[in-house]
Amino acid sequence: MAPQVFNLAQTPITCHAFSPDHSQVAVSLNSNDAQIYTRQGSSWTLTETLSEHDKLITSIDWALNSNRIVTASQDRNAYVWQQTPDPDTGKLIWKPTLVLLRINRAATHVRWSPKEDKFAVASGARAIAICSFDPENNWWVSKLLKKPIRSTVLSVDWHPNNVLLAAGSADMKARVFSAYIKEVDDKPAASVWGSKLPFNTICGEYASPAGGWVHAVAFSPSGDALAFASHDSSISIVYPGGPAIYNIRISSLPFVTLTWTAEDTVVAAGHDCQPVVFTGSEGGWQGVGSLDDSSTAKAAGPRSGLSGGVGRLNSVAFSTFREADSRGHTGGGVSTDTKLTTVHQNTITSVRPYEYSGGRVTKVSTSGVDGNLVIWDADSVSAVAGRIGGMRV
Amino acid sequence: MSNVLRPYLAAVRSTLTAALTLENFSSQVVERHNKPEVEVGGSKEVLLTPLTISRNENERVLIEPSVNSIRLSIKIKQADEIERILCHKFTRFMMQRAENFIVLRRKPVQGYDISFLITNTHSETMLKHKIVDFIIQFMEDVDREISEMKLSLNARARIVAESYLTAFNS
Repeated sequence: MAPQVFNLAQTPITCHAFSPDHSQVAVSLNSNDAQIYTRQGSSWTLTETLSEHDKLITSIDWALNSNRIVTASQDRNAYVWQQTPDPDTGKLIWKPTLVLLRINRAATHVRWSPKEDKFAVASGARAIAICSFDPENNWWVSKLLKKPIRSTVLSVDWHPNNVLLAAGSADMKARVFSAYIKEVDDKPAASVWGSKLPFNTICGEYASPAGGWVHAVAFSPSGDALAFASHDSSISIVYPGGPAIYNIRISSLPFVTLTWTAEDTVVAAGHDCQPVVFTGSEGGWQGVGSLDDSSTAKAAGPRSGLSGGVGRLNSVAFSTFREADSRGHTGGGVSTDTKLTTVHQNTITSVRPYEYSGGRVTKVSTSGVDGNLVIWDADSVSAVAGRIGGMRV
Repeated sequence: MSNVLRPYLAAVRSTLTAALTLENFSSQVVERHNKPEVEVGGSKEVLLTPLTISRNENERVLIEPSVNSIRLSIKIKQADEIERILCHKFTRFMMQRAENFIVLRRKPVQGYDISFLITNTHSETMLKHKIVDFIIQFMEDVDREISEMKLSLNARARIVAESYLTAFNS
């Protein structure tokens, strides 16, 4: 099935989060406001604007069971938004609750824990704030994970047991912490990451293969494996029980976001403007292909696949240039065509699971700097697997 | 484009494409600031290794990438005194109007003639491959421009000299 493409704006979409029933999506259009769009047929209309932040919103997460939104921003704050009836009209409106983050630099990434009683805020203050609700004062209080973090934390992800937290940071490391809070959590069962887990236990620390900032981290659905993407154009899958780390170096531009769609499949996307699928198990991992089938793209001209050189851009302009370079065709040097052959026309900022069925993610959604929101069929990769078999990993 | 220039520009193009993988990155030194890290240099871990691509000792490009900005500096070919003067005038003319060129820096990095500063805002508001095209186009044109100016300067000098000397001829 062809991916569904929605153009929400001409500005970048820095992050997106779907509502539990997929009828609404919260996005930040590179601005201080979070916007909620409601689906009407095949288009999205702006229905609500959440404005409380006074700097760029960097991350949004929508709690699927409790229907709350948390937003994090470069103004060092985070807010939890809850739908409450307006006392005058009775209409449901989103009301913000302040979060006492106690960080003094930008908040960069936020994620609800699986049970939705906590959330983690990554920040540029070399710390991660683990926030839980304090009913006495009616606000969210935080505890800071600080210890070995030496630079801005770029992403966080929760383990399904609601206690462990993975973080990727600009000091070229991905780490697994315990975010156990006595008042909230039950004692976690022992897992491959360890058995005794007081707050701020470091369960693992993994360096990126060639010293790149770790842009994205994610636990597998079972929580027994960790994947992270780094700026040295690689993705790594960690099996702590092994202990084995599989590094896959790719020949194109780095990924900035990734998500697991099943225990054996990861979808990663980034500066390459297309979501790429990797599969494997404890025995080994490999790249399979891209979700972006060229036949769905509108651009003309032959597509080079994934076999291009270093720093490849999938643009017609680039292929014209390379044609001139390698074969001496002088097609007028630089082309005037501005369209890339991929669906996304610029960097993909976020990829998230969209639809589940039978324990697998069947659809993923991506948002990009080009202002597009795209819903992909996560299984349609098999159709192009043969064609991109020559990918070097 | 001449064939000898092509590998040089291809190298610059691929390096620039790989370096233009920028993201919005708020300062971790100063609260609520967001600055090009390559200019501030406050956090060493977000700067990448600078790279020099040189065609010969007179022509080279320095690319300094970082997490949210890159700086690209060009040393333009200057074979003789005239070319040196022309190049200085030409780059000065451009840099005085830097805001019209958006990605141009007001001062060149030391040892280079002209510098560009591309931040994440530029790569968000403009098409990335078009920024690369612009820089490559600039590098192609600047050499041609300067040699054309040199030719017309020489021609003009010759005409002036001839018309001046005709006064003594009669």
